[in-house]
Amino acid sequence: MLAKRIIPCMDVTAGRVVKGVSFVELRDAGDPVEIAKRYDEQGADELTFLDITASSDDRSIIFHIIEKVAEQVFIPLTVGGGVREVQDVRNLLNAGADKVSINTSAVVNPQLVADAAARYGSQCIVVAIDAKQVAPGKWQVFTHGGRKAAGLDAVAWAKKMQTLGAGEILLTSMDQDGQKKGFDLALTRAVTDALEIPVIASGGVGNLQHLADGVTLGGADAVLAASIFHFGEYTVQQAKQHMAQQGIEVRL
Amino acid sequence: MVDIAIVDYGMGNLRSVYQAVRKVAPAASVQVTDDANVIAAAKRVIFPGQGAMPDCMRELDGRGLRQAVLDAARNKPFLGICIGLQMLFEHSAEGDIPGLGVLRGEVVRFAHELKDAQGNKLKVPHMGWNGVHHGAHPLWDGIAQDARFYYVHSYYVQPGDTEIVQGTSDYPQPFVCAVSRGNLFAVQFHPEKSAAAGLKLLENFVNWNPV
Repeated sequence: MLAKRIIPCMDVTAGRVVKGVSFVELRDAGDPVEIAKRYDEQGADELTFLDITASSDDRSIIFHIIEKVAEQVFIPLTVGGGVREVQDVRNLLNAGADKVSINTSAVVNPQLVADAAARYGSQCIVVAIDAKQVAPGKWQVFTHGGRKAAGLDAVAWAKKMQTLGAGEILLTSMDQDGQKKGFDLALTRAVTDALEIPVIASGGVGNLQHLADGVTLGGADAVLAASIFHFGEYTVQQAKQHMAQQGIEVRL
Repeated sequence: MVDIAIVDYGMGNLRSVYQAVRKVAPAASVQVTDDANVIAAAKRVIFPGQGAMPDCMRELDGRGLRQAVLDAARNKPFLGICIGLQMLFEHSAEGDIPGLGVLRGEVVRFAHELKDAQGNKLKVPHMGWNGVHHGAHPLWDGIAQDARFYYVHSYYVQPGDTEIVQGTSDYPQPFVCAVSRGNLFAVQFHPEKSAAAGLKLLENFVNWNPV
């Protein structure tokens, strides 16, 4: 049967992998190509790169990184950050990305998701949703790296993105991100139950049990984590073994 | 004349396929091409595909590549990947359109509201790594039984002839993920994105000499 996926995520700026806490306080984690190779060797199921470069002048750096990784790593690569138009999707795919993640621009221009999915296929369009709890069982969408409220209900927004052609949802809890206390399981469960497309849980992983909980309690199809892998606390292989011990199907 | 032609009809990204083939066949000449003459002259042909099958069929015809692909599928080592597998069949439920009709059978969608044995919802597209139960064929050489390959698709093939089946995966029911006939082999998963197992299958293809 289909395995639950473990996806290490690399936030990239100025050619380096960095990690912040709740979207601020960046800490250097190393060279993206080297890190990607290490995760591939550890058995990562996919890799996600988020270009968090603020200046558009530095945008070309991510293309060189993706090209280099794609020459050496033969697992799916997702790239997000700064995708504003269909041409951006095309450029990233041509550089070697298999999927492109769209976040703020999906809110600003939902038609972008429909156009990109129609042109390149839903299989390569991931919509990233940053969500924050506003009341018990209620989450709102935020954009611009979590700075701006979009005035949208996260579950309803995820359903709309599915309708427009998203192939997958990357769901990040802003409340949990960087806190190392585990995913927002209620948010994950609410979104995954509402959708037919796969959901990647993101934000808050501090130990291996959090990854397992994302699947067994949150109902996620894939789990994404950054800092527990970047700083050597755990390997991807250890994460998979931990999940397998709890009866979760993984690719070992 | 190139050793390996990768058919480009403008659908999806062929760079991954190209990179993976280069990796397993560094000495071979490999070309991503939309030129029917290059395809006709190539020793081997890879026929990938991404996106929706109606778009793929339209773009293939729009580039005048139908005959070159039909010929290659009948007379030289030929590897179909993903939609490149589905297009070989007679008909697809995606857009209710005819395929190339090289192989007998249909392309159908996974059912809605799929559930696993524990009652958990199974998502569509079927996306991720699934085990492949395979038979004996040179393209499976050195690949473990139930090795996992990377998939992303919502439709799958139902061949009219069961003897062409070379592999199945479960979601939750078994579905056909690999077929072969003579010089032709085709898979639903993406070998170019399936790490060591996928590279091994591609390596087997570039060394395959069907009789």
